[in-house]
Amino acid sequence: MINQEERNVKIAVEQLDFFYGQTHALNSISLDIKENEVFALIGPSGCGKSTFLRTLNRMNDLIPKTRVKGSVQIGGQDIYDPDVDVVQLRKSIGMVFQKPNPFPISIFDNVSYGPRAHGLKNKKELMGIVEESLRQAALWDEVKDRLNDNAMSLSGGQQQRLCIARVAAIKPEVILMDEPTSALDPGSTTKVEALINELKQNYTVVIVTHNMEQAARISDKTAFFLNGYVVETDETNQLFTNPKEKQTKDYITGKFG
Amino acid sequence: MKFQKERNNKSNIEEGIVKKVLFVMALTAITSLGLIAFFIFNEGMPFMIDYGIADFIFGTEWDPSNQVYGIFPMIVGSVIATLLAILIGAPIGIAVAVYLVEIAPPKVARIIRPAITLMEGIPSVIIGLFGMVVMLDVIRRLARGPLSEYLPAGYQTGYSVLAGAIILAIMILPTIISISADSIRAVPNEYKEAALALGSSKWQTIYKVVVPAAKSGVLAAVILGVGRAIGETMAIIMVVGNTVQIPEAGWEGIFAPVRTLTGNIALEMGYAGPEHRQALFATGIILFIFIIIINSITLVLRKKED
Amino acid sequence: MFKVKPNHMIKVKRNQIFAFTLLSLAAALTVLTLFAIVFYIMLNGFSVISMDFLFDEPRSMGTEGGVLPAILGTIYLVVLVMIIATPIGVGTAVYLNEYMPEGRFKKILRFATELLAGVPSIVFGMFGFIFFVIVLRDYTGGWSILSGALTGVIMILPVIIRASEEALRSVPDPLKEGSLALGTTRWYTIKKIVLPLALPGITTSLILSIGRVIGETAAFLLTLGGSLLFAQSIFDGGRTLALHLYLVAMETGDLQMAMGSGAVLIILILIINFAAAGLFKLLVRRFSV
Repeated sequence: MINQEERNVKIAVEQLDFFYGQTHALNSISLDIKENEVFALIGPSGCGKSTFLRTLNRMNDLIPKTRVKGSVQIGGQDIYDPDVDVVQLRKSIGMVFQKPNPFPISIFDNVSYGPRAHGLKNKKELMGIVEESLRQAALWDEVKDRLNDNAMSLSGGQQQRLCIARVAAIKPEVILMDEPTSALDPGSTTKVEALINELKQNYTVVIVTHNMEQAARISDKTAFFLNGYVVETDETNQLFTNPKEKQTKDYITGKFG
Repeated sequence: MKFQKERNNKSNIEEGIVKKVLFVMALTAITSLGLIAFFIFNEGMPFMIDYGIADFIFGTEWDPSNQVYGIFPMIVGSVIATLLAILIGAPIGIAVAVYLVEIAPPKVARIIRPAITLMEGIPSVIIGLFGMVVMLDVIRRLARGPLSEYLPAGYQTGYSVLAGAIILAIMILPTIISISADSIRAVPNEYKEAALALGSSKWQTIYKVVVPAAKSGVLAAVILGVGRAIGETMAIIMVVGNTVQIPEAGWEGIFAPVRTLTGNIALEMGYAGPEHRQALFATGIILFIFIIIINSITLVLRKKED
Repeated sequence: MFKVKPNHMIKVKRNQIFAFTLLSLAAALTVLTLFAIVFYIMLNGFSVISMDFLFDEPRSMGTEGGVLPAILGTIYLVVLVMIIATPIGVGTAVYLNEYMPEGRFKKILRFATELLAGVPSIVFGMFGFIFFVIVLRDYTGGWSILSGALTGVIMILPVIIRASEEALRSVPDPLKEGSLALGTTRWYTIKKIVLPLALPGITTSLILSIGRVIGETAAFLLTLGGSLLFAQSIFDGGRTLALHLYLVAMETGDLQMAMGSGAVLIILILIINFAAAGLFKLLVRRFSV
């Protein structure tokens, strides 16, 4: 393992508050997420972990009547600065959703969707990106002969890996994952977890999970969310073996949640 | 800075243009509505005020060549035709909706549903023509045969408010059926199960639970039907005879030929001189007001249901 | 346990049978009325339909000859209306559904659309007459196919808007989010994901709107002018089949010839209804597995 301290901070969140209308969903969240790190967000449902994840690529902008306070810096730039273009931002911050959401078009078109949207037209280059991304998502061997098949014909696990490939194709710096395995069977889950381990070579990964074993297996650092607050952030081993806060301990020992 | 907005980014410029163009498109409907209201009121209102609103609405004589413009007979014609149409169409429409949702075997429902969609798409002139060739004949035979001694000669032509009402009933049936069926379908299954579990028969459940629960939707359907009926033009012109007169009070009245507000406009607009035209637009105002009131009631009722 | 009087049970049963019989009779009556209208007009109409009827000009006010100008008039009008109304209607639906934030103004726009949908066609006709035929006559040619088409556009706009909105709403949010999260603009997402997926619903609504234009008479009575001649341009007057049917029936009293037009009209409407249903199925199949 690389020494944690030597890495640069990729995402710096400071005093972040978030509101859905009158509801105060996130309370002064402060976190540092480092480059090439898998950072897990755990906590009971409704604790704000998914909301927090979606503040990192400003997906919450799509929900009416929401408000953000505080700052989120990615690569040293405040992403809530009025001068920021969310489209540019989201090109650098990929997102994988809870339920696989491939587009009902061919496998090839799914993976090449992002690069095409960003102006790449050359067939050969696109093919190169599609192959590379599908390889990164450990899906290439399964689909290489049927790239023109509709993506909906894939199994759930394959669909989710396709979504990961789709994100890899835009060559982001950060990949956000919102409970990516919650809709998958155990076999597919194992594959996706192995994949996440691979992905951190190239990307910073922030993953929301309600499965604590999963967080323990794949993440370097973990933050425990409760009622819109971050209760504790630590090295994953540390947090699971020796939590500092009583609430964290109660949660990881299954007393609630 | 890599997330910064780029002024000359092609896709951002496209996005900006598209958004503006779509916004302008989105204003078309409301602009049209505004223009319609403006032009109709602008053309008809000054005349109505000049002529005297009460004289115009309650005047019983319509004689454009002598500058006499009273539309009361047309109001009466429209109202009677509409009420009769609802009297015929509403019970049948609601019955079909109940049958379709609660009773019909799937095979039968698969025939009825597209039939009703098709019925909605049948042009009004076709229904009017059918009325002219078939219904007028039936009513004429009735009026000249068994009823001839009760009816004045002018009421025996077949052209009648009754013919108009039947035609309108046919035309509003699809509306009443589909909207009532929607609201009957929306009644939660638990209601029905609770009633059935208490030992009610299926009919008792429908009668005492399902229909009352769907009441506001069914009412909205009927009122929407009223709106359609009062605004309908072509089919009704073809069968009501278009005589400007107030029918006799009593059952004989339904055999009287009448003229409706809509018919008045459609029949005379083509050749009307300036003042006459203004009088026709004033007729349109009265119709427009009827429609606005009726539609607002429907919209409020449907909101309530949601 | 308490006893239910056997009489009462029988009465309940009898009421149910009676009620159900009445309800099924109502349904049967409705369907029979439809068939009666369709078949009566078709059977009678077929007796006057021939190649000459379809491809000849009308003579003696339409009591003799054919209906070709009316068929062409219908086609011109439908094409023109759809060319104008489709982008505006679908564009409005896209704006309302994909761009406009929830709020008062959106409610007002939706309410206006609902009100417009309830306006009777004769009122559209009056408006078209005063606005397009009279006020704008220097641009529209007065009574003309263009005046009729613009009136028709306003008339079917709410139909297209409502149906398109429904189709757009049926596109799953996760797909839109998936696309936006890849760093695409709204418009790119709409072009590549939302519109293709909403296409079946939108197409159906467009085809049904065509049906509405074909069947409409009152609005065109006051705007088309009813000319029996072949229209040379959109600035010329004309008549549609439905209008022709009305004018022949009411002004000449030749109901047989009117039924000929009626039969052609019904066939068009039937084709459109089946096309709408068929195309919907076809498109749905193309875009999902």
